Amino acid sequence: MVFNRHARLIAGVLLSAWLGGCATPQTQALLAAHSRPTPRVELAAVPFYPQEIHQCGPASLAMALNAAGAVATPQGLAAQVYLPGREGSLQVELLAATRRNGLLAYELAPKLDDLLAEVAGGTPVVVLQNLALSWYPVWHYAVVVGYDLDRGEIFLRSGREQRQVLPFTTFEHTWERAGYWAMLALPPGRMPRSATEAAYVSAAIALEKAGQPKSAEAAYAAALDRWPRNLAARIGAGNTAYGRGDLSRAEQAFRQAALDHPDSAVAFNNLAQTLADRQKYREALAAANRAVGLGGPELAAATETLEQIGKKMLDRDSP
Amino acid sequence: MNPFFMRITSRFLIASMLAFGLPLQSAHAGLVATERVAMSAQSQPDRERIRAFLDREDVRREMLRQGVDGDAAKARVDALTDEEVQKVAGRLDKMPAGGDVVGVLLLIFLVLLVTDILGFTKVFPFTRTIK
Repeated sequence: MVFNRHARLIAGVLLSAWLGGCATPQTQALLAAHSRPTPRVELAAVPFYPQEIHQCGPASLAMALNAAGAVATPQGLAAQVYLPGREGSLQVELLAATRRNGLLAYELAPKLDDLLAEVAGGTPVVVLQNLALSWYPVWHYAVVVGYDLDRGEIFLRSGREQRQVLPFTTFEHTWERAGYWAMLALPPGRMPRSATEAAYVSAAIALEKAGQPKSAEAAYAAALDRWPRNLAARIGAGNTAYGRGDLSRAEQAFRQAALDHPDSAVAFNNLAQTLADRQKYREALAAANRAVGLGGPELAAATETLEQIGKKMLDRDSP
Repeated sequence: MNPFFMRITSRFLIASMLAFGLPLQSAHAGLVATERVAMSAQSQPDRERIRAFLDREDVRREMLRQGVDGDAAKARVDALTDEEVQKVAGRLDKMPAGGDVVGVLLLIFLVLLVTDILGFTKVFPFTRTIK
């Protein structure tokens, strides 16, 4: 109908002006790119939990966690992420709850091709969308489980829909209005396809701090596999080994850290402590002296380590 | 703040931090915790520690106000990293909280219906985008 087409055109022009910046640059770039990712992917095995009212956070998280091998229900997760007063869940709490369940929480860069690369790699992606408008937000979590580049469509587990099909452009609009936020829940030791060194190691440290040393140790090992000279990952490998009483492995890690980073006071301090625990006092003393000599923000800890080693040596020499 | 009040406050803070256990300290005596490696040489550990402690307290109290019960709120705050705590401290009521809002007003309904059909938004399950 002519009238219909005109009305649509006018409405479109008015809306474009009014909404401002309605381009979908990432979709255009992706569809124009020469080096395209896998053309069609669908992770059919990702479980589906239809959301209860306001509970898209727990439901989306449950899908991602179960896909990664954890056992979690939306009801159980609601106690970890749902904020009754806000009738919703915060992004940071989705990350924290992932760690509480022993998985590595990884925030993706705000890039559509990274998101698709992860899906193609077999990992479902939890996304935050603003389904409505910047000045009238309707925040919503969903899980991207597939896409079809030729048809320009993306597949989501969303709300009560097990398989929502959205055009890339619509998805990008809703995703862009939520700051292009996306996260993965990964079995520790599995590396995201788009992983960067700093982001992955930070995620592993957060896992260790969340009281999941076993998972963290696996993540540090994966990080060192790829970036063998990363200091934090090496120290983390040592600290987690030490934590479960494997002093020989801890010593090995701290030695490597001190070798690769001769200016790291932390490496020498932790090496000194581990050597002292293994009653290798001479070497421990040398390492502790080195840590104190290097100074820096951990000087107090290094001084303390040195004093303790001195005391232990005195105790040993005068029974 | 006058010096006397400040002294009292800082003593109270130190005492309560000792009581709760310093949150940033390594789990193992003598070892420096992994997260300290990433910190810069100019960082001021004590200052940051107190700040992180206060922010955590703030987030926990805000969670209680938003209807989370006591023990759960503590466990949830403990699971956040310092950076995450900093991101939400003082802003818990304004941060995006994904959850779907039902009961959209009529005017908004009509506007969103049109934007849905044009593919700018996706509020309603029954709309199909025109191509």
